[in-house]
Order: sequence, then C-alpha cells, then structure tokens
Amino acid sequence: MATKALALHQTTVGKKAIMAVTGFIMVGFVIAHMLGNMQVYSANPAAALKAYALLLRSFGGGLWVARLVLLGAVVLHAWAAISLVKQNAAARASRYHVKHDAVTSYAAKTMKYGGFVLLFFILYHLAHLTLHIPVGAPAVADEFAVFERMKAGFEVPWISALYILGNIALAMHLYHGVWSMLQSVGLNHRKYNALRKQAAVAVALVVGVGNISIPVAFMAGIVG
Amino acid sequence: MSQTIKLTLNIWRQAGPNASGQFQKFHRDAVSKDASFLEALDEINEELIQKGEEPIAFDHDCREGICGMCGMVINGMPHGPRTLTTTCQLHMREFKDGAEVWVEPWRATAFPVIKDLAVDRSAFDQIIQAGGYISINTGSPGDANEIPIPKAVADLSMDAATCIGCGACVAACPNASAMLFTSAKATHLGVLPQGQAERLSRARAMVETMETAGFGGCTNHGECEAACPKGISVDYIARLNRDYLKAVVVSQTT
Repeated sequence: MATKALALHQTTVGKKAIMAVTGFIMVGFVIAHMLGNMQVYSANPAAALKAYALLLRSFGGGLWVARLVLLGAVVLHAWAAISLVKQNAAARASRYHVKHDAVTSYAAKTMKYGGFVLLFFILYHLAHLTLHIPVGAPAVADEFAVFERMKAGFEVPWISALYILGNIALAMHLYHGVWSMLQSVGLNHRKYNALRKQAAVAVALVVGVGNISIPVAFMAGIVG
Repeated sequence: MSQTIKLTLNIWRQAGPNASGQFQKFHRDAVSKDASFLEALDEINEELIQKGEEPIAFDHDCREGICGMCGMVINGMPHGPRTLTTTCQLHMREFKDGAEVWVEPWRATAFPVIKDLAVDRSAFDQIIQAGGYISINTGSPGDANEIPIPKAVADLSMDAATCIGCGACVAACPNASAMLFTSAKATHLGVLPQGQAERLSRARAMVETMETAGFGGCTNHGECEAACPKGISVDYIARLNRDYLKAVVVSQTT
C-alpha cells in the first residue's frame, strides 16, 4: 500500500490525538487546581492558602517545569484546534438550508467557541491571581495573601460573574472533552463505554460546582 | 385505495458543479402515502418531462436499501426522518399532511454536486483504493474454512461490512468527515485473520487518502452513527484511531 507519508501532526486523526493528550494534561491540572481551591473552606483559609502558595513556590524549578508543560499543552491544544476548525469548515463549505441535529450536544457544538472563552478567562485569571494585576479589584500588597486577594476580587460582582461564567464554559468543555479525548486515542470498549460518558459528567460537575461555589460563597458571606 | 397527502417540496436545483443552486418549490396535492420518496420524485419528474422542463437529477439504483446510491438530505436528515432507512425505503406516510419538505444534496467539499441532488462520491473510491483490500497471491483458492474465525470476530467484521458507502455519515457530520465510512471499511478487513498483515499500513493509507480528499476531521458528535442507514457504530472510529496511531507512533514497518 502506497503511503503518502503524512506525519502525525498533518492528519486530523493525529491532531485529535494531540488534542487528547494535551487535554488530558489540562484535565489533570484543573482537577488538582479545584482540589487546591477547596482549602478556602478550611477552618483558617487565609493561613491554609498562604501555606499552600508558599509550598507551591518552594518547588522552584519544578514549578517552572509544570508551568512550561501546561503552557506547551495549551499552545498545542489551541494550534491543533484552530487547524482542525479551518479544515472542518473547508470540508463543509456549502451549508445546509435545513439541518437537524440527531444526537450532538450544545457542549460539543460550542467547543471551538468555549475554547476562546476559556483562553480569555485564563488570561484574566492569571492577571488577577498569579501576576497580581488588580484588574477591577482592589490591590492586595502581600504577594502570598491569596485569600485576601480572592476576597477583594470576589466582592466585586462582575468579577464573581466572570469566574462563574468562565467555569460554566470550563464544565461544558470538560463534558464533551473528557469522553472525546478517550475516543480520539482509541480507548473504546463496550465494557466501559458507558463509564466514559459518566466520568465526563462527573469531572465536569465536580470541577464546575467546586470552582463556582467559591465566588458564590464569598458573595453569600459564607467565607470571607 | 391508497390514501394521499398534500406536500410542499422544496428541492435543490443546481445545473452543474460550478453553478449556483437554489430551491425549486413543488406543490403536490395528492402524494400516495404508499409511494416511496423516490417514487414521489419520479412523479414530479414525469410531469416536468411532459412540460418539457429539466427533470430533477438524483441517484438511485437498487431501490431496496442496499446499494447506497439514493443519498439526499431530507428536512436536515440524511435519508430523511426514519432511522436505519435509505431514501428509497422511506415512504411518504412518514410525512404529515400539509408538511413542507426540504430536499438537498449531500453537502461536502469532497462530494461535489454533479447536478441537483446527485453528488460525486468518487472520493470514497479513492479511500477504498488506498487500502480497502487484502493482498493475496493468485493461484488456486484455499479451502473454505481453512482459517477458522471466531464468531465474535466474524460478527464484528460483518457488522462493519454492512456499510453501503452511501455517504450519509459525511452528510450528517458537522465537519463532513468520512471517519465512519473509513473506519467501517478498515475494520471490516482489519479484524479478520486475512487482514492482519496489512492492518496498520491499511489504517494509515486510508486515513491519509481521506485527509487529502478534502473531508473534515472527527469531533465526536455522533451524528454519523445516528444518520447511518446501516447503524454502523462510532466504536469503529475509535478502532481506526487506535490503528492509525499505532501505525504512525509505534510501528516499525508503516
């Protein structure tokens, strides 16, 4: 059989595999990140989050390795996504006058837009809580005063709304992405196919509800 | 006496591959509920021919649901509203009296419109030419059942082999991807003992040909499986993904 020798990154199947692997890294990160966030509900959240921030910073070079891996994952994921969106749009250049969706979900159809929403949300989130640029929130001087900085932000209604919307977008992205990434690398078996969708719902709900609870808790006065 | 219904059919008319198309409206006062969809089109065509107008071009052959020719998108659904059914096997009783029906060709860059509802599906032939076969030495045929095949394997292969290559998967896919077709054809041979030797090179060659033919990629919507008149499962897509990745990432020979 003649092979035209396209490399992995030149085919849609290969690009989806790249999206699956980088997506897997990011899913792991958002779960860990959400669990870390849950320290806001500890008895002394200010001290707990400060200790957690100092712990993460103490990893030094390790922290930068993690950051570079995540940045690489985001870049590759976005590159593959943009490339696929272009190819897919070209493949359906002529649109249907009437199109009925049989089984696809809102989440699946909005993955490409959700990705952009998440990119802008992550940039805002990094500015707010990593780079300490108080975009719309009162500035907090102490670098490791994580809790105080969260409180200053989440007491501004539009910032809380932004985090809630960002996390709804994240949950929807996870709802389609988590089972889709397994399919894209060929992890499919009758024995566990139902479990893939259940896992996607669980990850989307746990990460989404966990994260959204935080601005809600600040606004409701449960924490802070 | 067969009952009849009134229908308004909006049918895509396009003079040629590069012409711009538009819908032509047909008011039908008495469409037999027992007529197939193609028979309803035949009736319109008879009238068009009698009036000296150009009949609607559409593909059809066996009219018994197995040849895969009669592809058209009816009310946004490939082969119309009835699941596991080709257009020729769709009957007019599926439509409500007074309904408005929209009929369009498969819309995919890889399937250019030839005329009206007829599209050129030869991109599928290219995919088959790239790997939809098993290389064997010619000579006297081997004995039947020389190579025992477990029932489960034979079933998996035969389920994939029910693909009639109609292109409904491409038509239904938001990305006009041919992954369901390609994966069914690759699996049909790839799971059998006779197809093992070329399994990975076949997966790679078929995927690469599919890519260059202008189809989109799979984004796991599942619309193809829902539209497939033969009920081909997206499980085969995962299998093709697996074989393709093995061929490109780990195989020493492909």
